[in-house]
Amino acid sequence: MNQSLSYWQTFLIVLKRDLQVAVRNKGDIFNPLIFFVIVITLFPLGIGSDSAILTRIAPGIIWVAALLSALLSLERLFKNDYLDGSLEQMLLSPQPLFIMVFAKVFAHWLLTGIPIIVVAPLLALLLHMEQSAYGAMLATLALGTPILSLIGGIGVALTVGIKKGGVLLSLLILPMYIPVLIFATSAIEAAALGMPFSGHLAIIGALLAGSLTLTPFAIGAALRVSTN
Amino acid sequence: MDHALLSAEKLTCIREGRILFDQLSFNICAGDLVQIEGPNGAGKTSLLRILAGLSRPYDGVVKFKQQDISRYRDQYYENLMYIGHLAGVKGELTADENLRFNLKIHGDNDQNISETLAKVNLTGFEDALASHLSAGQHRRVALARLWQSKAKIWILDEPFTAIDKAGVIELEQLFIQHVDNGGAVILTSHQDIQIGRDRLQRITLDYNFD
Repeated sequence: MNQSLSYWQTFLIVLKRDLQVAVRNKGDIFNPLIFFVIVITLFPLGIGSDSAILTRIAPGIIWVAALLSALLSLERLFKNDYLDGSLEQMLLSPQPLFIMVFAKVFAHWLLTGIPIIVVAPLLALLLHMEQSAYGAMLATLALGTPILSLIGGIGVALTVGIKKGGVLLSLLILPMYIPVLIFATSAIEAAALGMPFSGHLAIIGALLAGSLTLTPFAIGAALRVSTN
Repeated sequence: MDHALLSAEKLTCIREGRILFDQLSFNICAGDLVQIEGPNGAGKTSLLRILAGLSRPYDGVVKFKQQDISRYRDQYYENLMYIGHLAGVKGELTADENLRFNLKIHGDNDQNISETLAKVNLTGFEDALASHLSAGQHRRVALARLWQSKAKIWILDEPFTAIDKAGVIELEQLFIQHVDNGGAVILTSHQDIQIGRDRLQRITLDYNFD
């Protein structure tokens, strides 16, 4: 009796709406990016312009800043929807919840992950990163930032009903980001030394495949629990 | 009863250590217009959220056509329209975009949007951002879905909040029309319903002060 939508249509409808909302709320797009840029520029200022030290710590700085900026932007993934009742409506929709959740997380990645990948080479220049490490840095960011959005989504979904969930959110999520951080920074370091880093990338790719397939269901379940 | 659309079986709800209702059972059939009554804090919203499957009862089950709603979610949600305290209207989107999204995501027809908005007196506000609308207009954007909905069961939490008198009468007429067409309406309201008082059934939740 009702028109049923395909998964793809549902995905596009939710994605389009989230992008529309974000475009009209520009701070949401730029705040995490500006945070990322500022945190990274603070390091050369604080440590001094000794390029050897900066080169040594550049991969770690870039990745830790990416983690923190993801954390900063994650809260808005479901918070506004929770506050205005759209989340309830999404949970009551006959369309599969994991598709809608996936569309929302994908929109979050487009708005926060992609800008980070785009500006990262400029910031790497500021940190005197080795020429040979740029490719590895971009590859790890491209594979790793979606994982940050996907895993972070579980934490956000669990804390969405809590008034001051921000601290709890970081306690929940940051430990889960550690594997990504370890393999991403060691891939960049390996590349800087001219060693192969495809093994590291493969592990990050595996983490991405795992989180792509599993987290939408976990996020959906977590949302049902936290709106209870 | 076999022909019940929605049946509540021995629902118990406990909030903040108080029993709001205990072993509450009732059936809702096609053609029923039901008002849930009770003072503030009696558990009206909790009951509606349990009926919609948003909250789990402490005990008991809700069945849609004899099937537990927590197991047959998709079928139930194709036949359910729930509008809660929070309208589900995004301030960053226009009235038109909000209505269109809400209809699409629930699998309803999203043609004739402007006619539907005209029915809730929002002509001329189609392209206004919902955050710029008044409280009543904001509510009307959410309620506009009722005119397009094919869902059998409507669960409405305080639908008349912020709606003017003429709007309330239109809504009441719509409810009567919906139950006449074989639907069911479950609502809470502190206002007395004027039209169709003879059709109205009441479920009273009496708050237990112990």
